[in-house]
Amino acid sequence: MSAQREIAIVAFHQSPCQASAGAANEVELIMPELRAVFDQVGLANAQDVDFVCSGSCDYLQGAAFAFVAGVDALGAVPPIRESHVEMDAAWALYEAVLKIRMGHADSALIYGFAKSSPGELPIVLSQQLDPYYLAPLWVDTVSLAALQARLMLDAGLITEGDMAEVVKRSRRNAMTNPLAQLAGETSVADLLAKPHYLSPLRRHDCCPVSDGAAAMIIATVEQAKAWGMPYVRLSGIDHRIESHNLCLRDLTDSVSTRKAAAAAGMNAGAVDVAELYAPFSHQEIILSRALGLGEDTRVNPSGGVLAGNLMMASGLSRIGEVFQRIVAGEAGRGVAHATNGPCLQQNLVAVLEAA
Amino acid sequence: MAQLAAVIGTGQTRYKTRRGDVSIAGLLREAAVNALEDAGLGFEDIDAVVIGKAPDMFEGIVMPECYLADALGANGKPMLRVHTAGSVGGSTALVAASHVQSGTFRRVLTVTFEKQSESNAMWALSTPQPFAVHLNAGAGGYFAPIIREYMRRSGAPYDVGIKVAVKDRLHGARNPLAHLQKPDITLQEVEESMMLWDPIRLLEACPSSDGACAMVIAAEDAVDSSPRPPAWIRGGAMRSEPTMYAGREEVNPRAGRDCAADVYAQAGIRDPRRELDCAEIYVPFSWYEPMWLENLGFAEEGQGWRLTMEGATSMDEGGDIPWNPSGGVLSSNPIGASGMIRFAEAARQVRGDAGAHQVEGARLAMGHAYGGGAQFFAMWIVGADKP
Amino acid sequence: MSEDNNAQAREPVTGMDAPIYLQYQFTAGRAPSRFLHALKQGRLTGQRCPGCSQVYIPPRGSCPACGIATDEEVTLSNKATVQSFTIVYIPIPGNPIKPPYIVANLVPDGANISFIHLLSDCVNEEVHIGQRVEAVWKPAQEWDYKMDNILYYRPLEEPDVPVELIGRLPVEGWEGQA
Repeated sequence: MSAQREIAIVAFHQSPCQASAGAANEVELIMPELRAVFDQVGLANAQDVDFVCSGSCDYLQGAAFAFVAGVDALGAVPPIRESHVEMDAAWALYEAVLKIRMGHADSALIYGFAKSSPGELPIVLSQQLDPYYLAPLWVDTVSLAALQARLMLDAGLITEGDMAEVVKRSRRNAMTNPLAQLAGETSVADLLAKPHYLSPLRRHDCCPVSDGAAAMIIATVEQAKAWGMPYVRLSGIDHRIESHNLCLRDLTDSVSTRKAAAAAGMNAGAVDVAELYAPFSHQEIILSRALGLGEDTRVNPSGGVLAGNLMMASGLSRIGEVFQRIVAGEAGRGVAHATNGPCLQQNLVAVLEAA
Repeated sequence: MAQLAAVIGTGQTRYKTRRGDVSIAGLLREAAVNALEDAGLGFEDIDAVVIGKAPDMFEGIVMPECYLADALGANGKPMLRVHTAGSVGGSTALVAASHVQSGTFRRVLTVTFEKQSESNAMWALSTPQPFAVHLNAGAGGYFAPIIREYMRRSGAPYDVGIKVAVKDRLHGARNPLAHLQKPDITLQEVEESMMLWDPIRLLEACPSSDGACAMVIAAEDAVDSSPRPPAWIRGGAMRSEPTMYAGREEVNPRAGRDCAADVYAQAGIRDPRRELDCAEIYVPFSWYEPMWLENLGFAEEGQGWRLTMEGATSMDEGGDIPWNPSGGVLSSNPIGASGMIRFAEAARQVRGDAGAHQVEGARLAMGHAYGGGAQFFAMWIVGADKP
Repeated sequence: MSEDNNAQAREPVTGMDAPIYLQYQFTAGRAPSRFLHALKQGRLTGQRCPGCSQVYIPPRGSCPACGIATDEEVTLSNKATVQSFTIVYIPIPGNPIKPPYIVANLVPDGANISFIHLLSDCVNEEVHIGQRVEAVWKPAQEWDYKMDNILYYRPLEEPDVPVELIGRLPVEGWEGQA
């Protein structure tokens, strides 16, 4: 097989994470983010890129074909090359990367969006489980994560103090992130003094639910140069899924994350920064260990999704966060991670490098 | 640039109103195993899995691919889920192909499905939204006015749709997998069937089916190890436009015309009617055959119905450009899979694998899917000859 | 296990009931909210795209053609033109309207796009493309944030609109057409 075309990330923007976007509907959430990335590159609208791909989930807003409204934000007249994944937009990015690699596009717009506030997200996501054996039990995602945390605690792999430490760092890092929903100075002792929510999880061990959208523009390195844009190389991207049967998995580890990282070429160099999609504090520890991240790596300098979680866009946002750190010169090489499914069932790893 | 890729296996289930004998996972696995057997492969030979279906609300499972990973041998592999409304079966095939054409993978399994009997698709399509008028007219209520406008513009006789309904069911009677088996259907029977959404009669509309369709797509260097001839992908294209905007051409949507022009250019086709041997086109309501004949450039605008009435699209009348030899969406409609069935049936034709509905000597065929308010399009051209 | 039990165990299970109840607090969107507020006052409004000047009803937040927010509010006429229609004969579960009934794509005067509503008080067989119709509102005390404030549209005694002019009449209707 011939050498693959190099992919450049050239623009990223996301909305603030807020518990409720109020009256704004999906189109109204998406349009400002698209405008922001078009303006960063100097493009008029989606007509100026070769391909568009989005990620969203109908059930979050409770209407079939909810994503179709997203097309109304694009200026898709005349018609455009466009596709959609019922997944986090990090996977929309993956689809766009394939389109560029195969030579059918030199540039692409990716966006993800959700208005999760109209429903009860953990309950909605309980319907993501095996429809015959699990979904009828209404086991919600928080309870499953609690079960996972319990396994880790009982195996002596973490302490509740370790979990609080993750939260403390997230809140502190988020103080420099104007888009974060939850930020502030706190201590492990304060956090451990809070009551359990779904034992062993406390409320702060769980990410908040946020409404919003995020958008990104990628291109071939040649196109990025032609645009005169500073860019970051997306040197690798891979994703893997594991069994849906939780009893068949070692929930204290993330095999699929490790596999994806290896396939994305993460181990070829040092990692300065990592943004991990860990909706629960103990999952950040699982992911950091699965990736073999050490002291030299800054983990979730944005605060991560514990500070704000734009469902269906948070994975793309992790990649966008790393992009912004590298463009700003704060890091030379970083990894970003996205997840989907109960207890980190499916994971994507992207490796970004300074141009 | 794009690497060569080919379909080396197709697999389908039988289509029925209700497949109570299998779970959702069992339904997909049936199609996947059939495709793998056709390709002479096992799950262990597959590098990535691409799955597609129409809205999750049709079965009531949020992102069902998580639950389906085990049944499709996807554990430890990449698995991607596509959803582009009714065109999803076609776009899923194209996304799967891009996994190979990008040089990223050698063998990809792609599966699409719908198990409509597990929920109520008519309800899912018309969930009451507050503030809107509660007309609950379903998909037919949306498309019937557009068909009426086509009839007005083209001056087509009232019975064109009836003719298509009979033709596709006679084709379907040759296909043992087809849901509706109506070898004795007559024009009169269709004309006398209940009017649902004037001008759409019951027998001019697609059924509601359970079913799944799968394909194995392989890179050039992985084609020869399979026992049967490949269907080479000669072109693939997608187009989208908004559902409604001022001045939108709804009868002959530009997204469809542009998509066709793109895929023909890739395959080097100038005159689709002459150069293609057959086509599997997404026709869920009978009148969409003449409308798409025009939209896809098989006929001049306003003239599509003449091809239909002359029998040009009918195998039984010896037509020169058979449309939907398999019986089409009018004979089987597991929504999320319907587009991929079109793509897979096009591949079967050029592989000489279509049994009683084989178009003799077919070497170049088209697969087509559309969705939403006739706004999302996916098309491919496959050929027996390596490009 | 007895033989009976074995036989029972071999019977396939072909279905199980697992009803799903999910509750949503739906919001209409900023632009639709402005439309609904006017509707509650008995006024049909559209919104004009600042890019292409086309007037949308109901406004959804953007001009889908341009991908930009619609802004300027435009009051529309109660009169409209039939762009196309279907007669629905199929009974749909949960739908209180008894078939046959007419669902029409209607363009109100002053707008450039059709919306779907009921056409009633008419002879079904005489409904045609280009026909002039007008809105029949509920009594004012029943008005809410709903399109159902308009019960249905009914035919008007006015000349038909030629097809090429459907979606292009000014808010004054035929009289504003030079």
